[in-house]
Amino acid sequence: MLIVESILITLLAIAYGLFLMGFDRKITARVQKRYGPPIWQQYIDTIKLFAKSTISHGFIFDMGVIMALGGTIATLLFMPVGDWKVLSMSGDLFVVIYLLAVALLGMAMSAVNSANPNASIGIMRALTQMLGYEIPWLVVLVGMMYTFKTSSIWNLVGGQAGGFSNWNMVRMPLGAIVAFTTLMGQLGKKPFDTFIAPAEIASGPMVEYGGKYMGMLIVQHAVGMFVEIGLFVNLFLGGGANIGIFLLKVLAVYFVQVLVGNVLSRFRVEQVVRFHWKWPMVLAFVQSIWIMVVGVR
Amino acid sequence: MPGYSLHRENEDQLLDELMQQVRNKEKIDERSMWQKIADWAQARSIYMLHYCTGCGAIELPPTMTSRFDMERFGIGPMATPRQADVLLITGYLAAKTLRRVILTYEQMQTPKFVMGFGSCTLNGGIYYDSYSTIQRLDLYLPVDLYIAGCMPRPEAIIMGFNRLKQMISSGDIQGWKDYEKRHDWYRKNQDKALKGEVYVTR
Repeated sequence: MLIVESILITLLAIAYGLFLMGFDRKITARVQKRYGPPIWQQYIDTIKLFAKSTISHGFIFDMGVIMALGGTIATLLFMPVGDWKVLSMSGDLFVVIYLLAVALLGMAMSAVNSANPNASIGIMRALTQMLGYEIPWLVVLVGMMYTFKTSSIWNLVGGQAGGFSNWNMVRMPLGAIVAFTTLMGQLGKKPFDTFIAPAEIASGPMVEYGGKYMGMLIVQHAVGMFVEIGLFVNLFLGGGANIGIFLLKVLAVYFVQVLVGNVLSRFRVEQVVRFHWKWPMVLAFVQSIWIMVVGVR
Repeated sequence: MPGYSLHRENEDQLLDELMQQVRNKEKIDERSMWQKIADWAQARSIYMLHYCTGCGAIELPPTMTSRFDMERFGIGPMATPRQADVLLITGYLAAKTLRRVILTYEQMQTPKFVMGFGSCTLNGGIYYDSYSTIQRLDLYLPVDLYIAGCMPRPEAIIMGFNRLKQMISSGDIQGWKDYEKRHDWYRKNQDKALKGEVYVTR
């Protein structure tokens, strides 16, 4: 039963993540006064990429991609989707935080084995950026775990039951702002897309991936997007009463992200770290001190 | 009547040739189910890599941005040859740049296509008597489609891409297979144009 549920939730995440990417392209096109591709374009792209021929650069190159995809799918299993949870235990928020880094480390191994300098620069930027956004994000999460006296995502969702006014977005508004900003960093949306930067370092870590490898990375990105936005929805928007409401909330959060990302221009990598360690960090600490001194409702 | 019978013979011959053509066409269409799905997806999703040497680069930004919006056909720019499906040669090629183009083309993953822009890639264009540019691109790379013009307008580029999509989805685009099959011939031409130094990465 667990295996069947794992496969089902993986398929759901892949399908919905690819839909979100197509949605992103359509909204971006409309913001730029274009008609834009059909909303199912990303599915066609993925099918095409899996049908192309590929060359490998060695064993680690193959394994890193599989590690990235596997790590992301392992993270997904701990995510409650609406009222559906596949795996749940006390402390799974820590597991999710650790496993989210596995994807990036797998890509680092794989990209470095391709011996392309653009890939090395890109993955160096991605890891530096991770250093930037993880710290304010963790400070917010620690404050939240302190409030609810639990570190299980399922219990954190349960703690927000009872309507809009109980959502953590309302209870801890500063923390929600910090989490939204760091979510943009995790997804690599526009002001924080230093590590992709197609015009600058030729799409960074993706530079040597073609055909099936690129298809796998797109699938990995789709699942990763689902996990990261889903974590924000679970922790700050009260999860969902059922799967449909959860997916709608994910779509709404991503819509705002796309709109914000489309009107901002790209930071340099040291500006990213400086930004994250300045404003989100201050807000996160203010939020934590607020929780400890005053407490939330 | 002798004339009549001669005429009939010609007609039969013509009919035979036509039937042969129809049979050939049916033979090309005998692709496997997976191949048909792959071609269907490939025709609707084209990542392009533009090698902008000449003036052709000027016509591509309006084709991609809001006035003509290429992305509505699933065509988008990509950063590296590994990710790309179609290589656009937009203008004249000097001997030095031909070397880079060959290197780029051989890095691309199959199925891969080449499109030549403008008269420079057809016959040299205004550089027809230049000592340092190549005149005919299809001696060195298997060009699948030419877009005539000097330079082609964005409408012509979109029309060319639609023609490429038709060719891909009907399965009669064989440029990259031809490059593998007749590689010696292409290599001989490349050696002749580049004086034996095709792979120079300096």
